Amino acid sequence: MTAAADTPAMIEIAGLNKTYDSGFVALRNIDLTIRKGEILALLGPNGAGKTTLISTICGITVPSGGRVLVGGHDIETQPGKTRRIIGLVPQEINIEPFQTVWNAVRFSRGLFGLPPDPARIEEILKTLSLWDKKDEVVKALSGGMKRRVLIAKALSHEPQVLFLDEPTAGVDVELRKDMWRIVDALRDEGVTMILTTHYIEEAEAIADRVAIISKGRILLVEDKDTLMQSMGKRSMSLELASPLETVPQSLEAYGLELSANGLEVTYAFDTRAERTGIASLLRDMSEAGLSVRDIKTAQSSLEEIFVELVERDTGDDESPEAPAMRAEEPA
Amino acid sequence: MINMQAVRAIYAFEMARAFRTAMQSLISPVLSTSLYFVVFGAAIGGSIERIDGVSYGSFIVPGLIMLTVMTQSISNASFAIHFPKFLGSIYELLSAPVGVTEVVLGYVGAAATKSLIIGLIILATSTLFVPLEVAHPVAMAVLLVIICFAFSLFGFIIGIWAQNFEQLQIVPLLIITPLVFLGGSFYSISMLPPVWQAVSLFNPVVYLISAFRWSFFGAADVPIGLSVAAIAAFTALCIAAIWWIFKTGWRLKT
Ligand SMILES: Nc1ncnc2c1ncn2[C@@H]1O[C@H](COP(=O)(O)OP(=O)(O)O)[C@@H](O)[C@H]1O
Ligand SMILES: [Mg+2]
Repeated sequence: MTAAADTPAMIEIAGLNKTYDSGFVALRNIDLTIRKGEILALLGPNGAGKTTLISTICGITVPSGGRVLVGGHDIETQPGKTRRIIGLVPQEINIEPFQTVWNAVRFSRGLFGLPPDPARIEEILKTLSLWDKKDEVVKALSGGMKRRVLIAKALSHEPQVLFLDEPTAGVDVELRKDMWRIVDALRDEGVTMILTTHYIEEAEAIADRVAIISKGRILLVEDKDTLMQSMGKRSMSLELASPLETVPQSLEAYGLELSANGLEVTYAFDTRAERTGIASLLRDMSEAGLSVRDIKTAQSSLEEIFVELVERDTGDDESPEAPAMRAEEPA
Repeated sequence: MINMQAVRAIYAFEMARAFRTAMQSLISPVLSTSLYFVVFGAAIGGSIERIDGVSYGSFIVPGLIMLTVMTQSISNASFAIHFPKFLGSIYELLSAPVGVTEVVLGYVGAAATKSLIIGLIILATSTLFVPLEVAHPVAMAVLLVIICFAFSLFGFIIGIWAQNFEQLQIVPLLIITPLVFLGGSFYSISMLPPVWQAVSLFNPVVYLISAFRWSFFGAADVPIGLSVAAIAAFTALCIAAIWWIFKTGWRLKT
């Protein structure tokens, strides 16, 4: 389940920057702590820097500044220690085509310093429906099967931290299902997982926390449950016929917000609650002598929050301050 | 701590590739050397006088082995690292707990093993064509191993340096082949006019072939100590370069 805030950190990123040789700034001052055993969804549009962030932590891309600790070890000064515990399923299907599935997976296990364990590899291949393909040459496999081999390679060395870079982009339904089964099983084993996606539903479905990244900046990191709660919230704006100075005592229980000009009150409610309280609010308002001229409702979903955050983040060089998120704000 | 499992995995992977392509990796060098023997040894060699008291057919054996071993080492090692770079599958190597030691032992070790095997096969083949006695067998074996290793190191660097397959071919073709041919593979430096003898001393391959031929026939173009020093310096330089590449990620990491 959701890793508690006092769980030790698995990955600590502080002030991480990446400028590519071309001069392109792909990561801007990233600060992010990922706790042991949690599943973090890294959500962001194409080109946001998700792959760059992952590649940097894994040692494929050289950071331009900042520090990353994995399991308490610095990725630059103690790469042997950090890499041993990290598994990576890359976004692209990059795999040597002329070897058999079995050899490809066995190779990965050895490369990461573990002694051969045919039983373990058999188990992994079976979980991924690759067992009957074990003696086939990789190039003879379909794209989906190759992706399964990449997953098997990453799992073969029993990582404590697993990066899944857009694991379900363009994959078939079967693989998607298998993937979530595997993620669930790994979660039970206490494996820390970071997955990137631009599918919001995917983040919702499996993550404990969601980090939103855009133009190389982390805009928001939030527990998924908190986000989901705000997602279920709707707000209703009631336009009043005459301005109010304060909300009448009799309406206090509704937690109304009064606009600056006193002509509008906003009521937030949970659509999933048994009673939204709208009927009683309207009754109590009329009893308090307030006449309502107009009613507007708005719902904030994770999608809207996401779009709004990303769109608001237009500046390239201004302060990386994440905008405050207010669920009851009409989108 | 060396990650021995990784060394084993890389080495086994590379050797498996060699066995998959055993035919082409063995047949073509053996065939081309046999042709050299037929042409230079039997056909032309008869009309060339003995060099340092050795028949011409026998005289070219060390040079032929060197020629094959150097080009094979370079092509084996450069391809081994360039191919994953080209495919993108190198991400795994870069994200794995391996450093320069594991990589050199695994990739370069495998490439050197392959060219060593080919070198030995050519040596065996040559005895079918010409009489051969090895004056210093231990020195011969040691030199052969070191040269296979040194040129595999060099090939490995080329494989990382190359940004496409064209560049991968260019160095062996435009640099190594001329240096080997002009390095006394098929003649003794002492047969050249003094000016060209002096120029030849700038060709590093001269030192290798001279030392290797000395291990066969006991005669050398340049002092053996100088040869050994040159080979050691070349090997050290290559290792330093690979160490630097892995430290900085040059042409490997973005
Ligand atoms: N090797 C590179 N050189 C220059 N720019 C790069 C390189 N790799 C990625 N980029 C740029 O960095 C940005 C972030 O890329 P990436 O991390 O792949 O984004 P994402 O995975 O979120 O889609 C993109 O604009 C991309 O064009
Ligand atoms: Mg990406």
